[in-house]
Amino acid sequence: MLLACPGLSRTVWSQPAPPRFVVVLDAAHGGDDTGGHLNDGQFEKAATLALSVRLRSLLAARGIEVVTTRESDKSLDPSERAVIANRPRAQACLSLHAAETGSGVHLYASNLAATPAAKFMPWKTAQSGWVTRSLALMGVLNSALKHGGVPVTLGRTALPGIDSMECPAVAIELAPELDTDKKTVAEPDNPEYQAKVAGMLATALLEWRTEARLP
Amino acid sequence: MIPRHLAIIFSVLVLSSLAMGVVLFHTLEKQHHAMLTGQDSAPTKAPQVAPPVEATLMVADDDDNSLRPQTLMLPLPADAESRAQAVLGKLLDLYAEKGSKHPIPGGAQSVGQVFLLPVESGDGAKPAGERQATAKATGVADTGPELAVVNLKGSFAASHPSGLEAETLTVLSICGTLKANLPRVAEVRFLVDGEERESLAGHVDLTQTYLTADAAAADTVR
Repeated sequence: MLLACPGLSRTVWSQPAPPRFVVVLDAAHGGDDTGGHLNDGQFEKAATLALSVRLRSLLAARGIEVVTTRESDKSLDPSERAVIANRPRAQACLSLHAAETGSGVHLYASNLAATPAAKFMPWKTAQSGWVTRSLALMGVLNSALKHGGVPVTLGRTALPGIDSMECPAVAIELAPELDTDKKTVAEPDNPEYQAKVAGMLATALLEWRTEARLP
Repeated sequence: MIPRHLAIIFSVLVLSSLAMGVVLFHTLEKQHHAMLTGQDSAPTKAPQVAPPVEATLMVADDDDNSLRPQTLMLPLPADAESRAQAVLGKLLDLYAEKGSKHPIPGGAQSVGQVFLLPVESGDGAKPAGERQATAKATGVADTGPELAVVNLKGSFAASHPSGLEAETLTVLSICGTLKANLPRVAEVRFLVDGEERESLAGHVDLTQTYLTADAAAADTVR
């Protein structure tokens, strides 16, 4: 039928592809930029890459399209990360970090004041048009982590990569897991601890996809 | 045979040399000791003893990602810039103490200078003409909102724990402490060793101007 009606076929094929649910995972640091030192002597850049790989696998297994800013130990400046994140018009952009201070998971959204999203936004403050959605995403992540028994702290900060992203963006900092006596149970690069947190983040992103009503 | 008068002159010269050597040795020892103990023999202005006044420090806690006000009685200078430097120095002294909930080495020496400049534009800033009129009417100078430029030492940034939470809390606690003690400070910019720096310890952006209101608003998202 389509072959017999070229005009119709052109109409059908020229329609833009339906939006899909895409998640961007940005493993912070890499290459010369080692990030912080964890208590067990490992670099932050290795812990963030490991978490990114785990989360990517979990999301792919659930049928979610994932774009990563890096898959190896390479340097990327904040602008390059934002360029990669902005290309697929993602519904969630997660900047992954690890720290030796505090406990549980720290969630941060940009501290830019919310402005109406426009077609062209200033590069350094592009996130301002998405801050409201970023705070909503942070709420969904917070609920999933708290439901899983992980202590969560929330905040807003100025992070150059995030501030240039045109998507709902949250920085996730994995801190040591502490017991009730404040003794360290697991460092941020502990595989089991990372797997547990990645599972909760994947659950949260599934819920976020349901809210977005995208395939 | 050496003439007697030459022997006497020679003996006097030898004794003089020995005496001068002893005096020189003692002077050197004295100067060395003074240098080690940090004494300065140069005439100095006697320090003014300021009466202790109430100061509020916004102290960070890594455990719950919070800022808590802590009130202390501190002898603060009258000059606003020196006062700002003194309160920030005390704040960083608390962070350098053993058992701190937000440990950062360095202490008060980490604050190089604090400069206060008028904010010429932006929200909340009155036009210069209106401020002059207010000052004329009230007799009190209305300088309007101020920008605080905090110059930190490079050693402080180098030894600061790396992390989103740790760096954010440091920035917010400095902004909050300035706001609590110098209410006119509306904006804060950071320098490290007199130069702009991309981040404090690899995360938080130090190139942007921070609003002191953000330190107060930080609690609202928890």
